[in-house]
Amino acid sequence: MENNNNHYSIETKDLSIHYGRFTAVRNVNLKVEKQKITAIIGPSGCGKSTLLRAFNRMNDFVSGSSVTGEIFLHGRNLYSKHVDPVEVRRKIGMVFQKPNPFPKSIYENIAWGARINGFKGKVDELVENSLRSAALWDEVKDKLQESAYALSGGQQQRLCIARAIAVQPEIILMDEPASALDPISTLRVEELLQELKKNYTILIVTHNMQQAARASDFTAMMMIDDQRAGGVIEFDDTKKIFTRPTDKRTEDYVTGRFG
Amino acid sequence: MNFDLKKKTRVGESVIQALLFFAGILSVFITLAIVYELGKEALLFFNNPDVTLAKFFGGTIWQPGIGAYGIWALVSATLTTSFIAICISLPLGLAAAVYLSEYASLRARSILKPALEILAGIPTVVYGYFALLFVTPVLQNIFGNENIQVYNMLSAGLVMGIMILPLISSMSEDALSAAPRALREAAYALGATKVETSLQVVLPAALSGIGAALIVGISRAVGETMIVAVASGAGPNFTFNPLQAAETMTGHIARISGGDLSYNSIDYTSLFSIALMLFLVTLALNLISQWVVNRFRERYE
Repeated sequence: MENNNNHYSIETKDLSIHYGRFTAVRNVNLKVEKQKITAIIGPSGCGKSTLLRAFNRMNDFVSGSSVTGEIFLHGRNLYSKHVDPVEVRRKIGMVFQKPNPFPKSIYENIAWGARINGFKGKVDELVENSLRSAALWDEVKDKLQESAYALSGGQQQRLCIARAIAVQPEIILMDEPASALDPISTLRVEELLQELKKNYTILIVTHNMQQAARASDFTAMMMIDDQRAGGVIEFDDTKKIFTRPTDKRTEDYVTGRFG
Repeated sequence: MNFDLKKKTRVGESVIQALLFFAGILSVFITLAIVYELGKEALLFFNNPDVTLAKFFGGTIWQPGIGAYGIWALVSATLTTSFIAICISLPLGLAAAVYLSEYASLRARSILKPALEILAGIPTVVYGYFALLFVTPVLQNIFGNENIQVYNMLSAGLVMGIMILPLISSMSEDALSAAPRALREAAYALGATKVETSLQVVLPAALSGIGAALIVGISRAVGETMIVAVASGAGPNFTFNPLQAAETMTGHIARISGGDLSYNSIDYTSLFSIALMLFLVTLALNLISQWVVNRFRERYE
């Protein structure tokens, strides 16, 4: 099977994503390593987010979208008829581009996800641990009952990360998690990523080359082909992508010559 | 380079601004005018030496002809019918709104929404006779003829609820649809099911809009006249028992003002006191529901 190698967390096989008759992403074959950070880079509109959202079946909500090919998690195809997308999302969490906490208290933001997932343990502890893992605990421990909207943008994004962690997923998808944040908040999120990868596999879409170079272990470079379908043109160690890329287009992109 | 920084007068701008201001102030002006007129006539009533505030707010019999001015005889029916109407229209309307905004396919929506809007377009007199000639017989079958009067508040309240239903559902649906997509995505990404997302995330986020729908619904119910005039009974009766006949404030005004009344008679001026009371009841219910909604709503911006 695809997944007899424990090294890998999730892998795609000939994955294509379509909107109606338009193919947005074509033939992606990625093997994402466990407990590593894999960055997806590429110019705007190349299908990075679409690809990312395929992993937790968020594209299901886009009417007319369909998927061909397979995504394997523990040897099971996430797009098989027998797989429940709700269960997929419990295993594969997501952090979005703009912080989107619930209009609830800080505490409830974290407790809610755990509760709907049938969490039976001590919620107080879970909230504290999740907030500690997201490096937010010290800033909010005295105001857990306040609205999440009282937090700054960077804090809100870390709250969203804490919320994702509280459900105890295996994989966390991040769609440009720092693009709406100032440089200091961005740095804190990047530091946080290094902590998180000890326990989670992280896939991150980013527009920020330095961020990909600094924070990720592997990098997938995406580009659109002549039919405007995005594809992964190069996938390798981040170091190699940024120093000795094999593809000329990757080199042009990472050195800022276009895109 | 030659450029002119001198202030210019833009006539178009000022004219439009004036028109917009006029449109805004008009409703305020009309409200004030109504309150003034009501107050003026009601004052005549309260200036009558026979009328005291104690009688007005303390009594439970309304018969100005014989010196009984207990407004509660009418307020009780208004509160009872409105309460029944809200009990019907709020849960049903909300459920319809959640269905339309979160669940319905485009096709189902395109059939259901116009159907609901037709419901909103039915004249209230039709609703009134629907209550009297259809709903009341059904209720009589259920409760037994001896337990329920031919004219009763339950029938009127139920049908009034149906009348308000489209209003509540369409306003609530707007509020639900306005909840940011990002909130739904956040919930789904945590492994929430559709029901959990709709009821525990989207609905609370839309609560202020739903509250507005509730307030408008209450106002409609309190002010509704034709249905209660036809189906609820034609005589003041202090009771909160929905199986009995009782006349609401609006129904009473409609019936009495339909007969011949001489100006400045106590019957005539008493109508304005009822209208003023109606105004106050609506205001009070609005304030209460606004307070309740503010208490429970979850803010997002």
